[in-house]
Amino acid sequence: MKTHILPALRLSLVFIIIIAFVYPAAIYGIAQLQKDKGEGSKISVKGKVVGFELIGQSFTQARYFQSRPSAVDYNGGGSGGSNKGPTNPEYLAQVEERIAAFQKENPTVNKPAIPSELVTASGSGLDPQISLEAALVQVDRIASTRNIGKEKIKKLVMDIENKPLFGLFGPSTINVLDLNIRLDALK
Amino acid sequence: MNTEILGIVLIFLLAVALAIPLGKYIAKIFGEGKPFAEGFFAPIEKFIFRLSGINPNKQMTWKEHLKALLTINLIWFFWAMLLLMTQSYHFWNPDNNPSMSPDLAFNTAVSFLVNANLQHYSGETGLSYLSQLACITFLQFVTAATGIAACIVVFKAFKEKQGNLLGNFYDYFVKTVLRILLPISVITSVILVFSGVPMTFLGKANIQTIEGVAQQISRGPAAAMIAIKQAGTNGGGFFGVNSAHPLENPTYLTNILENLLIILIPIALIFALGYYLKNKKLSIMIFGVMTIGFLMLLIPSVMQEMQGNKKITDMGISQIHGSMEGKETRFGAAASAFWGVTTTVTSNGSVNAMHDSMTPLSGLSQLMGMMVNAFYGGVGVGFLNFYVFLILAVFISGLMVGRTPEFLGKKIEAREMKIAMLIALLHPLLILGGTALSSFLIVLHQYGWLNNPGYHGFSEMMYEYSSASANNGSGFEGLGDNTPFWNISTGVVLVLARFLPIIGPVAIAGLLAAKKQVPESAGTLKTDTGTFGVMIMAVILIIAALSFFPALTLGPLAEYFSL
Repeated sequence: MKTHILPALRLSLVFIIIIAFVYPAAIYGIAQLQKDKGEGSKISVKGKVVGFELIGQSFTQARYFQSRPSAVDYNGGGSGGSNKGPTNPEYLAQVEERIAAFQKENPTVNKPAIPSELVTASGSGLDPQISLEAALVQVDRIASTRNIGKEKIKKLVMDIENKPLFGLFGPSTINVLDLNIRLDALK
Repeated sequence: MNTEILGIVLIFLLAVALAIPLGKYIAKIFGEGKPFAEGFFAPIEKFIFRLSGINPNKQMTWKEHLKALLTINLIWFFWAMLLLMTQSYHFWNPDNNPSMSPDLAFNTAVSFLVNANLQHYSGETGLSYLSQLACITFLQFVTAATGIAACIVVFKAFKEKQGNLLGNFYDYFVKTVLRILLPISVITSVILVFSGVPMTFLGKANIQTIEGVAQQISRGPAAAMIAIKQAGTNGGGFFGVNSAHPLENPTYLTNILENLLIILIPIALIFALGYYLKNKKLSIMIFGVMTIGFLMLLIPSVMQEMQGNKKITDMGISQIHGSMEGKETRFGAAASAFWGVTTTVTSNGSVNAMHDSMTPLSGLSQLMGMMVNAFYGGVGVGFLNFYVFLILAVFISGLMVGRTPEFLGKKIEAREMKIAMLIALLHPLLILGGTALSSFLIVLHQYGWLNNPGYHGFSEMMYEYSSASANNGSGFEGLGDNTPFWNISTGVVLVLARFLPIIGPVAIAGLLAAKKQVPESAGTLKTDTGTFGVMIMAVILIIAALSFFPALTLGPLAEYFSL
């Protein structure tokens, strides 16, 4: 073992320099070419930063499309899921409550039309997206709160739908923050 | 076909398609002939060896290999402890994250040292950026390289006609980092950066949302670390929720990339063995057994997640997108289940959805993936685990058909069998022993560790020890595991379950290499056939699956039947 200590120490030192400094520096350098310089892409409205494109926000007002429930209340200083198991009675009661609350806020929606992701917490607690169905099911409420035609709002939703990758792979999604910003711009 | 299913088929096919050339390349690096880009790498390696005072041509026996491996690992442990316990003094700590407590630092240092990456902290609040790079990222590279180097020692031993000189450990180690891990990581981090993953030394961003609420957003030099965490079957995430975090895994495309990296090197090493020994049939047999095992775990999990939670179906709402608790909209149920199984059959342990919230049969698949720990398995060590099962299968089938048990022309005798059996039984001992101990303590003292009652709570504890013993690192994260009991007990399991299963197979291979090669005859048991593949699968099922079955019925199976 003794014969190995010194070479192992020196080799470790060399690799600490390569891995912890040279390699990240190279990637950092390349990141400067990216549009946000690797700092995360911000979204601004009228010159004021209102969020990060990839980080979800909580929307509590009836005039905005809601995001999914979050176990960390969209605090991006941390992240987290509920980690509730599928048979946990306390958790199931909470889902029932969310369904009831959603029905109260959206009286025109039938229960079987409520997609489960609107009443279940995401993995990160920062999910920026909802499914197309989860957006459409909120259109009635938005239309009546804002006094805008349903068709107009529905069209807006359909326009910003993120289709599956190459039209073939994965689910289609709607970015809620993007949708709500466009909604505010709608006359 | 459904776009979610197509997505996961694509990930698997891409991984295999890339693993074949990568395997060929790896075989060339450690075998004969001039590997790709020799002119670029050879001078750098020469320089590194000169700086370290190492002669890479000095041949080592299997014992010397292990001495070198264990010594350098010990140094890394102290380095990691030092960094983690002094974080409050670090530069590159814009969020002023505190130093770790000694028991948490011990658990973290050990768990990254053994390539498990069990995380009892959250990256956003638990680590400085210096720790993220100089402790975490550093260990993610070097421990992956340790596993691969050990695997190459075994490959070398297979090839040896009769002798005990098996190359140089440092040579394998340095080549692995420079020629395999770094290139893959550089390519991956660049793709990640351009997909929106941060690579910055700025601290948290503070903004006001459009509803006027203050929101903080954690950032950091994430892209460089995420690449190696995926490729080196490490799995410890930059952010608390790992690749479920939108800044760690922003799009479906990055999800494809990150997920295929989980299985890329483990599969490539199987093909590398075939190219290295010029025995493709053996590779195909091993790949076949592993893939069948993998699919047996994958298919039920994907089906269950896409079907959704029956308890929620009963509430009368729509579950067209499957069970979505703990999942991200951009990945969907199928890709989350696929990731969950790939990350547990290999010892990766990164997650893109919360395993604790998945349906019971997915939990079962994930637990079994870790309990077998050899369907692809971790980089290097996955093959070592499989090798133990293979030795057992050779011996048992040799006895059954009355032939001398031989593998690649070397006779397997009592000594090798004893080592193999001890290693095979260590894993159930650590998992079941740990689970029994924690279950006893929780009944005795009513600790508030569990996030879920009943069967699922039991699964949370069993998952934690399975993850520790498989050096996996994922968790049923509801478990309140940052306590001295969990930090220390899983820390001990992590160490035992890493180093003994490296020492055992390297010893067996070393012992076999020193034996005289027996020429193949009509009496030789063929080890590269489908029939022998069935034998290995039977051994895996008997040893791994059956020893865990009683415990599994108390956890995920009982929960499934209570739905």
